[in-house]
Formats: sequence, C-alpha cells, structure tokens
Amino acid sequence: MHMADALVAPAVAATMYACSTVAAGYSVKKVRLENDPRKVPVMGVMGAFVFATQMINFTIPGTGSSGHLCGGMLLSAMLGPFAGFLTMIGVLLIQCLLFADGGLLALGCNVWNMAFYGCFLGALCIWRPMMRKSVTKGKIIAASVIGCVLTLQLGAFSVTLETLASGITELPFLAFVATMQPIHLAIGCVEGLITAAVLCFVHEARPELLWGTGENKEIKEGRFSFKTTVLALVAAAVVIGGGVSLFASANPDGLEWSMEQVAGTSELEASGQVYDTADSIQTTLAVLPDYAFKNSESAVGTSFSGIVGGAIVLGVCVGACYLFKFFRKKNQGTA
Amino acid sequence: MNKINSALHEMEHVSQMAEQNQWMNRIHPLVKFLLTLMYMIMVVSFDKYHLAGICSMAVYPLMIFLLGDISFGEALHRLRIVLPVVCIVGIFNPFFDREIVTYLGVPAFLGELLHLTPKDAGYVIGISGGVLSMLSLMVKGILTVLASYLLIVTTTIDKICYAMRMLHIPRAIVTQIMLIYRYVTVLLRETGRVIQAYELRSPGQKGIRIDAWGSLVGMLLLRSMDRADDVYASMCLRGFHGEFPAGAKIRMRGSDLVFLAVWAALFVLFRIFPVFQIVGQIFVSWG
Repeated sequence: MHMADALVAPAVAATMYACSTVAAGYSVKKVRLENDPRKVPVMGVMGAFVFATQMINFTIPGTGSSGHLCGGMLLSAMLGPFAGFLTMIGVLLIQCLLFADGGLLALGCNVWNMAFYGCFLGALCIWRPMMRKSVTKGKIIAASVIGCVLTLQLGAFSVTLETLASGITELPFLAFVATMQPIHLAIGCVEGLITAAVLCFVHEARPELLWGTGENKEIKEGRFSFKTTVLALVAAAVVIGGGVSLFASANPDGLEWSMEQVAGTSELEASGQVYDTADSIQTTLAVLPDYAFKNSESAVGTSFSGIVGGAIVLGVCVGACYLFKFFRKKNQGTA
Repeated sequence: MNKINSALHEMEHVSQMAEQNQWMNRIHPLVKFLLTLMYMIMVVSFDKYHLAGICSMAVYPLMIFLLGDISFGEALHRLRIVLPVVCIVGIFNPFFDREIVTYLGVPAFLGELLHLTPKDAGYVIGISGGVLSMLSLMVKGILTVLASYLLIVTTTIDKICYAMRMLHIPRAIVTQIMLIYRYVTVLLRETGRVIQAYELRSPGQKGIRIDAWGSLVGMLLLRSMDRADDVYASMCLRGFHGEFPAGAKIRMRGSDLVFLAVWAALFVLFRIFPVFQIVGQIFVSWG
C-alpha cells in the first residue's frame, strides 16, 4: 500500500503532509506529557522489530501463498497510539529512503494511510474499548482482525482518493475502489490473524506489556475518548476532502497557479525573431513532422527539435560533468 | 532469509556509499534534502501529457550520477518496487483515454513497412492520451526514485536527521528515526537467524506455518523488548535523561549555497520553459 512519489500531485502531497503533521504534533505532545524516558529506546527497538518482521513470509493455510505483517495495529497495541504512530513514521521514512518503498514526497500520504488509521483508529476505537474491562484470547483475536481489516480498508480507500485527486489515472472511481478494497480485505484478514497470534502469545507470556488493558494505568494517561476520536476523524475527512478537491479542481498545479499570478498566464510563450526563424526552418526541414497536442496548448510533443534539443542539452551536461571531474583531478594532482 | 540478506546487503551498500569522502557527500545535508524535495515537486507537477518536459528533468540525476561517481546499476535495482506499482496504476490509462492527442512522425521506409497511410506531412503514428499519461507516470516514477537514491547514497541517515532538525522537525521523531536505523541491522540479523533455524527444522516448507506464527514472532518481540530495556540501561549509564545531545554542527559553506541556488534555478527553468525544444530549434535554425 506504499504510495510512490509519482502517484501524487504536489497539492495532494502537501494536504496529506499537513494532516499527518497535525497528527504527529499531537502525538509528540502526548508522548512528552507521558514523560517516560524509557519509552524512547523501546519505540526505536520496536520500530526496528516491525521493520524486520515485515520480511517474514507467513504461510496462509490452504492457499499456498504467504502474507506479511504491516505492524501499525501491533505497535499501537504494544506502545499505545501516540508512541506507535511516531514509531511508524520512523519505519516508513527509513523504508522510503533505504528501499524506495514509498516516496519522500508521498510520505505524508503513507503516514496517513498506514500509520494514522492503524494507530489512532485501531488503538483508540477498537483495541482500547474492547480491552477496557477484561482481556481474553477471543477479544484479542476479534480486536486484531477487526482493527486490521478496518484500518486497511480505510487506508486503501484513502489511496484511491489520493490517486484520483492527483489525476494520474483514468480508471473510474468505482472500478478503482472495486479493485483496491477486496485485495486489502484479504490482506487485512491475514495481517489481523498474524497480529492476533503475536498478541495472544504476548498476553500469555507477559500480559503487562500490552497497552490499554484493564490493569494498565496508561489508559488514564492517554485519554482520548471514542467520541473525540470519531469527531477528529470526521473533521480530518472534511479537511482532506475539501482541501484535496479544492486544490485538485481549481489549482491542479501550484506552479502554474504561481505563474498565473506573476505573468497573468499559466503558459509562457516564447517569441522573437530567433524563435520565429527557428519555427519556420523547423517546419521546412523537419524530419519528423511536428504536431501540437489536440487538446492542449503545449506544443512540446515528440518533435524533432525536442529530440535534438534533448540530445544537445544532455550532451552538454555530460561534457560539463567530465570537464568538472577533469579539472578537479588536476587540482588534486597539483595540490 | 534471502529477503533479509538482500535487505542487509542493500543497507550496507548504501551506508558505505554515504560515508565516502566524495565531493557530493561533502555538500551540506540540508541543501541536498531541500533540493531533492524541490526536484520531486517539480517532476510530479508536470501535466500528465507533458512527457517531453518530464524527460528534460532527467538532467539532474544524470549530472549527479556523473559528478558523484555513483553506480547507475544499483539505482536501477531500486526501481523493482516502484515500477510495478506505477505500471499497475498507469496500465489502465490507454484503455480509458483513447483519444489521439499527438502524432509521432516516422521515416518513410518504416511507414511503408508498417503499412501506414501517408498524411500531408509524411507517415505518422497517432499516440493516445492514455499512452502518453502512462509513459509520463513511469518516467516520473523513475526520476523520483533516482532522486531519493542520490540523496541516500550521498548523505548518511545521521546527516539527514541533522537536516530534519534544522527544519524544526520534532526531536522525538528524529530520535526515533536514528534509533530505528541503528537497530534495524541488529534485528534483521536476529530475525534472519531465527528464520534460518526454523527453515532448517522444516525443509521444503514455504514460509512460517500458522501454528508457529504467534510463538516465533512473539518470542522475537519479547526479546526485542528485553533488548530495549538493556539499551535504556546502557543509555542511562552514559548520562541519558530523555533527550539525545545535538551532534557536531555542520557548517554551511558558500559553495553549498551556490549549489543550491544553481540547481533550484535550473529546476525552475526546466519546469517553465521547454528547454530541449528551444535548444533544438536554435540548433535547427543554425543548421
């Protein structure tokens, strides 16, 4: 479910960064209020643990295929929603930088889709209410499966909305949703069962490690009611929906909007004698005929001049690089 | 196990590259971080049909690969994750957007070979909007992955964290990133050993069976929690009181600022003007 940079428009990326920043800012504040220095290394090691266990293949009985652990729900059940959310941010950033799994620009989207729902919704709306009075194996399994399925469904739906708002796919909304949701339903079920198996083991071996259970005092420290969480989610949905659609419809490109403000037009036109002469010569000599886009004012198609120009610019750049390296070696030699 | 080994190998390779004393590695981390973000924004901001413009942005990775003596083959290896995702999203575009938006001219012999009907300006092949948007999506995916690769192989995670601190990203988040990065290698090796032991006891089996899901990962988790306690104890012994001390200050040099200004200007230039076409037209007019 990691979104690549190419799948998001700048306006969508900025909106999702803003939403994730608000959630991260609130989490930082809550973790600071807990004032537990022990939590710092625990979060770090747990982040590394989730990273490592994502590499394990779990055989799905009767299918011959295998599933994986994502870790959002597991982290929040162990560390709580706020510490879990911050840890997931670290995991997602390292994944995107070291393994190109997700993108730097799409990090805001990925944090929202994979960490926010899993940690906030999963922990505060599902895990904690179910574990408040008593903890049983059945409750752990139910909370894990429901939590993983629901948060993955929401995450997948967000991916659909963000991709469509970015305008990079021609796939109709319903077709996209119909493709994404069932796949993630199956993934959610498998992840839920893996999470449940691990949490049941922890409950049997070291029950005090689980967050949000009846006897765990962190319940009081991390108070964030069900009603407040739902209201926050609704508010976030309105902000994202409104923000994304506003940017996507009115200003599909922030840079073009800026150009329109500065130059009065979103397309800059080259003019002058050189341009006109080149244009006429190109029309006469063109080896590959130049056609403009039918429905676009942009005339940069696959024209001959574009290809020749590209080759020249890239050739000059490569030449400049070799010259730079040559003089640098020369200077190092004389030094 | 192979997955874990390849992840470890990749991390080691990236870390070795980033720690080299190369010209690109010495540039201030904040400059590289900001430039990478700016480059990505410029690349993804292009219209879906603007393939020529997106291709012109290849100038940045091309020059940095050459200037930094960075292997291009390793960078291509990273595309294995992004390209399939991008292709899956983009593959439907040619089916839903069939309107011809541009024509590609072909030499006469090829036109005859393909049995094309000649138009006024020669033999042409119509290109639909969907094909263009699919190709532009792929090129965008490749360029953004290359840009992030160039950042990580010329800048250590510690330096990226330093740049993030300069951008006032909360210390709690930056500390987490540093800690996760430090312990990922340790836990990957440990996970690798556990999986190897399991595989040796269950030959020919693919993955971990359902009856071992909880105990195998659960044991690993409990050991990780115990390890976190040990880490905390050793940190306390070294004077840890909840916050990491700031590392040595990295000075911003004049050349770093020049590097930032030149590339930022070039990004804007390539984003606004069809540089390839203008240069080509000048060349054609001289010719």
